[in-house]
Amino acid sequence: MKLGRITGKVWATAKDPKLNSLTLYVMQPVDEHDKLLGTELIAVDTVGSREGDLVYWVGGAEATFPFHDRQIPSDATIVGLVDRLDTQPDGTA
Amino acid sequence: MILCKVVGSIVATIKHDSYDNQKILLVRPVTPEGDLKSGTIVAVDTVGAGEGNIVLVASEGRAAMEILGFSARQPLRSVIVGIVDCIDCERSGG
Repeated sequence: MKLGRITGKVWATAKDPKLNSLTLYVMQPVDEHDKLLGTELIAVDTVGSREGDLVYWVGGAEATFPFHDRQIPSDATIVGLVDRLDTQPDGTA
Repeated sequence: MILCKVVGSIVATIKHDSYDNQKILLVRPVTPEGDLKSGTIVAVDTVGAGEGNIVLVASEGRAAMEILGFSARQPLRSVIVGIVDCIDCERSGG
């Protein structure tokens, strides 16, 4: 899994029906110092996050299993809302 | 698996249930010599690792499923599976 910062939202009426009623966010992968880590992704939200939130997300095949009863066509799924992050100040890790 | 160093931890109350009662750490890949690389990973700890430890991290869903004893596939892939005591290896890169 990786950290991500939610930077925007995406609406798409015409999409795979399995994605209906799911929120799609623009998410910027970040490191433990909130520095950019690669390009933005469109991630499916499953924990009720909002724009600006620091979240963690899962990619690959595991991204399709957030719900017990069905799989969704996603390769980036937000699975946790970060309340608190503890790390060394930048440059001393 | 890859070699990583524990660089921090996170607390998340609102999360997918497969992460319930799990300790979640932040790790960064390292070279065998211990130099940090970029690409911070969020990993579930199963061996009691602490800040600064060099650890083994497995990042695959079925491995996580096996280690954490899930009966169905879960949206969880990175798990800390060991704490490294010592590395004996020729300098990487020749």
